[in-house]
Amino acid sequence: MSNKILLRKGLNIPIKGSAVNQIARSISPDILAVKPTDFRGLNPKLLVKEGDLVKAGTPILADKKHPEILICSPASGTVKEIVRGEKRKLLQILIQTDKQQEYEPSNAHDICTSGEAKELKETLLSSGLWALIKQRPYGTIADPSKEPKAIFISGFDSAPLAAEMDYAMKNEFDNMQMGVNILSKITKGGVHIGLHADTFAGSPMHRLQKAKIHVFDGPHPVGNVGIQIHHISPINKGEIVWTLDLYALVSIGRLFNKGVFDLRRVIAVAGPKVIKPAYIETLPGIAIKEIADFADTSNEVRYGDEVGVRYISGNILTGDNVGIDGYTGIFHNVITIMAEGNYREMFGWIKPLRSKKFSVSRSYFSWLMPRKKYNLDTNLNGGERAFVVTGVYEKVLPMDILPLYLFKAILAEDIDKMEQLGIYEVIEEDVALCEFVCPSKSDIQDIISRGINNMIKEMS
Amino acid sequence: MKVLKKLVDNIKPTFSKGGKLGFLHSTFDAFETFLFVPDHVTKKGVHVRDSIDLKRTMTMVILALMPALLFGMYNTGYQHNLSIGGDMSFWAMFFFGLLKVLPLIIVSYVVGLGVEFIAAQIRGHEVNEGYLVTGMLIPLIMPVDVPLWILALSVIFAVVIGKEVFGGTGMNIWNPALLSRAFVFFAYPSQISGDKIWIEGLSKGEGIVDGFSGATPLANAAAGQDIPSFMDMFIGFIPGSIGETSTLAILIGAALLLFTGIASWKIMFSTFAGGMLTALLLNALAPEGSYMALPAVNHLVMGGFAFGAVFMATDPVTGSQTERGKWIYGFLIGVMAILIRVFNPGYPEGMMLAILLLNTFAPFIDHFVVQSNIKRRLRRAAIK
Repeated sequence: MSNKILLRKGLNIPIKGSAVNQIARSISPDILAVKPTDFRGLNPKLLVKEGDLVKAGTPILADKKHPEILICSPASGTVKEIVRGEKRKLLQILIQTDKQQEYEPSNAHDICTSGEAKELKETLLSSGLWALIKQRPYGTIADPSKEPKAIFISGFDSAPLAAEMDYAMKNEFDNMQMGVNILSKITKGGVHIGLHADTFAGSPMHRLQKAKIHVFDGPHPVGNVGIQIHHISPINKGEIVWTLDLYALVSIGRLFNKGVFDLRRVIAVAGPKVIKPAYIETLPGIAIKEIADFADTSNEVRYGDEVGVRYISGNILTGDNVGIDGYTGIFHNVITIMAEGNYREMFGWIKPLRSKKFSVSRSYFSWLMPRKKYNLDTNLNGGERAFVVTGVYEKVLPMDILPLYLFKAILAEDIDKMEQLGIYEVIEEDVALCEFVCPSKSDIQDIISRGINNMIKEMS
Repeated sequence: MKVLKKLVDNIKPTFSKGGKLGFLHSTFDAFETFLFVPDHVTKKGVHVRDSIDLKRTMTMVILALMPALLFGMYNTGYQHNLSIGGDMSFWAMFFFGLLKVLPLIIVSYVVGLGVEFIAAQIRGHEVNEGYLVTGMLIPLIMPVDVPLWILALSVIFAVVIGKEVFGGTGMNIWNPALLSRAFVFFAYPSQISGDKIWIEGLSKGEGIVDGFSGATPLANAAAGQDIPSFMDMFIGFIPGSIGETSTLAILIGAALLLFTGIASWKIMFSTFAGGMLTALLLNALAPEGSYMALPAVNHLVMGGFAFGAVFMATDPVTGSQTERGKWIYGFLIGVMAILIRVFNPGYPEGMMLAILLLNTFAPFIDHFVVQSNIKRRLRRAAIK
């Protein structure tokens, strides 16, 4: 066991409704969505039109700048609808699936042991799995022409209610091992996997060969790959690293083990409004309607007002509010269902107790009940203000970065300062907790997005 | 509660943009959010938010000020009683003080919030809760005999010049409450200095017991006269600005601020440490019988030192914003306060000027902390 890296800063938000380790349902979806908006920096070019027949692994999108980067259909069927938004922006491609899954043929299995780096890269690109590899800085799709310093994979997700990776990957050891074998051939820096000290021993990941295992301890965001990279080998100016999640690793393994483009995965359905939080086995991009019966939609009254239900693809910190008619995203490992917070609470800010509210600050009494789980809702709990209080962000960001100064540099569009203060090392998920604790209710993740977009524009 | 919600809903359109009184929408909004936490939900980014907001934060600071305020009221009566040689009961003294202090608080809030509402209205912003604290701090650092019109002027100066010209709460450079005190001090030196202003009635020449000066311990110490016992100064039975006399009451407030994590313990601790060490150093170098020889602990319980360290230096907006900077910032406030006290012949108290000075230099301190972070991060690249 390598040395344990202990991170003291951070926070596990005590929200009710974590999934129990049990697969409640295996879903063969009717309709699947492919969302180009899941991929940062993708300039999508449509390769199919409505009515086209596709197989699992048929390319449906390519990147205009890197036409070799493809995004493929997760299932076989017919292109049902191409949904566009404002200014004809491509939002999602809906695919009506067949009953029988058919796969695009691949030669991947033949080269799984003999293949050279170049050949393996090409196979990954043509299979469509390349798009699941992200590049830091900025979290864009990895640029195949670049040589990364190393490849990083987080072996657990510490976000609130996120799927437990040890459970989701229980039967995937061979595929993970194959994925690591392939990845370790395409980078000189090796494959690094971060595990949590609490679950290290029981994790299927810790037996993986050819990967360097790093053990971390501490609260969220310890499971974010960006935080792990910062403590293993921080990204400096001019360096790039690649990251991917375990689902992508498994899919790469399946491609080379069986020659199929198979994105099937086990994800969690969790949250305070889920009747029986558990796991489902499914493809990415399923309609929320498929799991609508998990939700408790009875009219709930909070502080005298009736509140609705929010359906989130992803966790409560970084997920997307997709609504009941939406579809899940490809990088999300949990669907969270929780109460909306559109109520008005009389004198809420001055009430001494407010036992239903959670706060890190001791101006409430939630510190007295460290084990209590809360039925949290989406109320903003205050009004938006200028930055006033200092020293709060630092407590939840375990990085050698001065968060307030980074945010201010981004707001001032000062490229040099952004660079010096660490824009290369963070993406939105890493600062999500700063946003949660912010008493001024600033949109910190949005600030980081702006900074990243600005950097991409300036540097290209 | 339902009735109130309905009422608010009914009159809301009148005060919204396009409504008859639409120009008052910030004012309406301020009252609405005072009554109810608004029904705003998270739109982008995180889906849940911590329950703390600035209103809650400010409320905690006000709560922390209560012991100092209550003691200040009592002490106002106590000192008055002492000066006339009367025999008032505890409650009589308290109510005497209450009646003297309440008008100051009312004027401070009415004038200050008036300016804030107008400023928010002009900008179309929400009314910020920052003044809730400033409005309580200002009366507490004034002598009880300050004329109400001077107080009103100083409040306007503090809010307009100290805050609104910079863009409102969160943007200001100097602590607005201290700025108001500095305004009074420099603009009305004849009305508001000397030994008689600290005790209600003295400046009007009401009956004084023989030998009663009314001077603050600091003035006495500077003049080389006897000072009250340490215990008296610690508990606060001394003349001085309303809220600053009782170090004990201030420490109770400090405990709340530190426990809730609202004020920085680093600033508080380092301010006291800076003051203590400087005073000890002066003690060591002091010629026999000089002011420099005043015992170091006495400095911490005299004048506005404790009040400034707990409630003023810790203002997050005007203080240092980096965690390392906070150590330096607080320490230098302590050092400067004692140096100004001891070596400045004109003005016995140094805390106000020390904090304003370090407010000015806080961004400078932060600059070096940020630069060191940048350098460390660059070095990390070089090692590889």
